[in-house]
Amino acid sequence: MSAKKLRQLKTDITGYLFILPNILGMVLFTLVPMIFSLIISFTDWNFVKGFGSWEWIGIENYLEMWQDEWFLSALRNTVILAFVCVPVTIALALVIAVAVERFAYAKLPIRLAMFMPYISNVVAVTIVWVMMYSPWGPFTQMVKMFGVKNPPQWLGDYTWALPAVILMMIWANVGYCVMIYTSAIQGLPGDVYEAARMDGAGEICQFFRLTVPFLSPTTFFLVITLFINVFQIFAQVQIMTKGGPGTSTNVMVYYIYKSAFNYYNMGYAAAMSWILFAILFVITIIQWRGQKRWVSY
Amino acid sequence: MRKKNGKWKLLRRILCTAALGALGFTMIVPFLWMISASMKRPIDVMELPIRWIPEYFYPDNYMKVWNIGGKAVRNYNFGLAYVNSLKIAVINMTCSVLTSAAAGYAFAKIKFRGRNVIFLLYLATMMIPTQITLIPKFAIFTQLGLSGTHWTLILPGLITITGTFLMRQYFTQIPDELRESAHVDGAGEFHIWARIMLPVAKPCMASLAMVVFLWNWNNYLDALVFLSDWRLYTIPVALTSFIDENTTDYSLIMAASTSALLPVFLVFLAGQKFFVKGLVAGAVKG
Repeated sequence: MSAKKLRQLKTDITGYLFILPNILGMVLFTLVPMIFSLIISFTDWNFVKGFGSWEWIGIENYLEMWQDEWFLSALRNTVILAFVCVPVTIALALVIAVAVERFAYAKLPIRLAMFMPYISNVVAVTIVWVMMYSPWGPFTQMVKMFGVKNPPQWLGDYTWALPAVILMMIWANVGYCVMIYTSAIQGLPGDVYEAARMDGAGEICQFFRLTVPFLSPTTFFLVITLFINVFQIFAQVQIMTKGGPGTSTNVMVYYIYKSAFNYYNMGYAAAMSWILFAILFVITIIQWRGQKRWVSY
Repeated sequence: MRKKNGKWKLLRRILCTAALGALGFTMIVPFLWMISASMKRPIDVMELPIRWIPEYFYPDNYMKVWNIGGKAVRNYNFGLAYVNSLKIAVINMTCSVLTSAAAGYAFAKIKFRGRNVIFLLYLATMMIPTQITLIPKFAIFTQLGLSGTHWTLILPGLITITGTFLMRQYFTQIPDELRESAHVDGAGEFHIWARIMLPVAKPCMASLAMVVFLWNWNNYLDALVFLSDWRLYTIPVALTSFIDENTTDYSLIMAASTSALLPVFLVFLAGQKFFVKGLVAGAVKG
């Protein structure tokens, strides 16, 4: 064996030793479960029947869900949630981030106040919101102040439950987006703004003509991450409403959880989790394609 | 003209600060309400209009939650849940930062064969939502007899794909000369990694550590699925089982929530600089 080959072999061994612990974990807890999940999504496996006692049923699970009212409501609610939450959160965060950076005193305290929800324990924060939506919480009081005699039961009301969840999600995520935008804004080229001011561009003009295009890569990143995060909403729904009342706040991960661990329909639940992945994948691809039109580097 | 402009700018600054400050304040209203309610007598919570500063301070709520002074109806073992959560979060934080730093370094600097293929595999699995692996993991852990132990939360948490990606990006930026000169001096690869590269990568590791800690601290779905024994409960599941038992006692629930939130909160405020850096770099959970 030549010296060169020997050296390459030594490099190979070192390299694989370095990634060994990592790749072991990746294979055992991501790759193998992934393949396993794909396999059982084509079976009728019910956990009660025990490990290994499953029947191959082809794509039946994938067909059945489109007749399943619970799945369809979960899909619809998740899509509504994401398509309201993501644009509102990002638009709000962009305006706040720019305004704080350019026009405010006490920048850090304001940013930190907005960031607080994000670093708090999701369960604890959700419990606080359940209490806030109670008849003794600030929301009911505020509505009463405006003269409404019978304020809605928020989380117990078919029409108001989903908006209530959405509001909480926006509250929880806006601070994170502000932080990400802020770090991007601080890297913007100051001389371009200087030139724009010389040419008489006002603040609003600068915002739409310079800041928004400059920040478009960040916006793109945030849109994708938020979409993925919001689509996977679980704790908030499980604690606040248990998907109710009726099907009004039933969302995908909650229904997958219920199918798997309350009804033990492992095969069906696995199939639904792959549909969730397919949706996320398609959304990411579409945005990736679409970014060329509106993202300027 | 110029002076007038300056005055207008000052006014605008003050108005903007006031508006944004008000908005920031609205964001923390839930926390204020939580703390205020946690110190009220159960009956005072249901009083409208809301009294933000309680009329009677009622520390008994906290004593009940933490089982101090024999006031509690039963021991809720909040201390134990804290220990469990801390244990899991610290183990996973330490191990996953190390495994990420090792693999990230190899992917960035060591030119072993098959490197790009394996890294591509990593990138592909980054998009897989955790819900997909949840059911198989449950089946596998049950099969191995690990179900209902802390291993279910620790083993998968020993590595993070996002973290590996993050560390690789960081090491790629470090110039090769640093490594090559050490090679010339006869240092082995492990020595270079541990003695030269890790110190350089400290800021990135600190950011990753904070993010991983938070993921583990907040991990609710896995703990809910895998843990069934109250002695092993982590903070999130301990909290939900607590509210299942005390659905009507709002002030007590708020005392429990405050206890779960406040300490970690302060730690993160202290380290927010690192934390934000970590979030900017790796926002998707992995």
